[in-house]
Amino acid sequence: MNRKKERVIKYLFTALAFASLVFLIGIVLVLFKEALPIFKTVSPRAFLLGESWYPTAEPAEFGILPLILASLWVTAGALVICVPLGVGSALYLHELAGPRQRAVLKPVIEILASVPSIVYGFFGMVILAPFLQDAFDLPIGLCALTTSVILGVMATPTVASIAEDALSYVPRSFREASFAVGADRWQTLTKVIIPAAGSGISTAIILGMSRAIGETMTVLMVAGGSAVIPRSVFDPVRPMTAAIAAEMGEAPVGSDHYHALFAIALILFLITFAFNIAAELISRRFRLKLGLSR
Amino acid sequence: MKKIIIALAVLGMAGTASAGKIVMEGSTTVLPIAQKAAEVFMKNNPGEEVSVRGGGSGVGIASIIDGTCDIADASRAVKAAELEKAAKKGRDLKAHVIAMDGISHIVHPSNTVTGLTREQIKKIYTSRAANWKEFGGPDLRIVVISRDSASGTFEAFSEMVLDKKKVRPDAIMQASNQGIASIVARTPGAIGYVGLGYVTGSVKAISVDGVMPAKESVLRNKYPITRPLFMYTNGVPQGTVKKFIDFLKGPEGQKIVGEEGFVGLK
Repeated sequence: MNRKKERVIKYLFTALAFASLVFLIGIVLVLFKEALPIFKTVSPRAFLLGESWYPTAEPAEFGILPLILASLWVTAGALVICVPLGVGSALYLHELAGPRQRAVLKPVIEILASVPSIVYGFFGMVILAPFLQDAFDLPIGLCALTTSVILGVMATPTVASIAEDALSYVPRSFREASFAVGADRWQTLTKVIIPAAGSGISTAIILGMSRAIGETMTVLMVAGGSAVIPRSVFDPVRPMTAAIAAEMGEAPVGSDHYHALFAIALILFLITFAFNIAAELISRRFRLKLGLSR
Repeated sequence: MKKIIIALAVLGMAGTASAGKIVMEGSTTVLPIAQKAAEVFMKNNPGEEVSVRGGGSGVGIASIIDGTCDIADASRAVKAAELEKAAKKGRDLKAHVIAMDGISHIVHPSNTVTGLTREQIKKIYTSRAANWKEFGGPDLRIVVISRDSASGTFEAFSEMVLDKKKVRPDAIMQASNQGIASIVARTPGAIGYVGLGYVTGSVKAISVDGVMPAKESVLRNKYPITRPLFMYTNGVPQGTVKKFIDFLKGPEGQKIVGEEGFVGLK
């Protein structure tokens, strides 16, 4: 009886574990199925490198280069913010903070991750955009810079907590050995701990990038939405996620526009997929280097 | 994918078919009227439930074709392609004009420009006209703000002002009337367009071809960018839907239309 129960439970959990795989395969299949028909109308080259996005004009134009570049710009801008903030916080938490500070700071950083993105969006729209508009004397505050700042803050907890984990995986013996040969704390940190945790920190940064490039709601609210190739950080932009979110509701199912939006989603998926594979490969190397299992 | 949509549609219909509960969806221009009317209607008729959502005219019409709403709010007439799709699904869209609206062009209150011609607006929206100086205003870069293409306001504007020419790509895109109004209110160089009901003290409406957007000029069809606002139902309205449409077309409903800043039918 008991053995039967155990087997049932085992199958149940196996099924649960494989459910994610089923979802992933399902999503990928749907993405490809709904995205590919657009390439009957537009060549992949014209789609990826075309500079004008007029999906509802007559005749429609489906060039997503401005959208891709917008996504990459705001993500790059977000990195400028979240890498120093995130990695810096991780180093502080791990190396300098006392137990009491840690007990406060760590949960605080994690709460930052749990703020709903629409709240970040509101903050960006109502506070940050008018502020930057005045500060830089911009024609309009909804632009790539505002988006980058908000995305950077949003990605910081991801970077901080994964980087902190990476630092804590560095075995004590490394540090002790470094002190034993007479290195001071700074030398130990820069010559031993950071190099040892380096690939873990890279993983943290890449996952932060994934977070930033995939964010939708905030971007829709603060990026401005102009589908032009950005020429400065003060230009309004229309990242891929914002274009999909703004247009999906009105694209008639099965139309070219509909398939084009799926194709954007597919490209976005491939980009984040590549990020995640890179993160996984790097972190695997990292674990090997530290002599951790797997 | 298709199956899921059908399943959702069926769920939606099951949810809306029950007596006394109707769902309204669509144009953000019609939204303030719909919301206020729904509130008053529910107060007058306890037990009836009207839920209201925005989304844009295109979204509302798509929903009524899919059967996920009972009334589609639209700030434009239904298109041929949409009618075709409705016919395929066995739906018979009936239009009800519930109010008139003028698409008002708004600028920042500090802007000295008081009026533009349609030709000038077209130039601002389609070419790279860069500075208010060219139009008798301050030396300020023009920030062009437009609606996303799901918007009925956008389509009406595109037809009546732009002759369907493409909006310049660097225009800021907003998903709602309110979005445009609030950006214009805090951006000195901005120009945008909204339904008459969204012209408030924090923005300045300008005349088009010499006519100010106002109830009078819209009702007499003098204002050049005037359009009817619609509610679409599936077939001849019945039950709560009929009661609601009748209410909105009646004196009390038309009073709400006026209070929300639009123009009643009488």
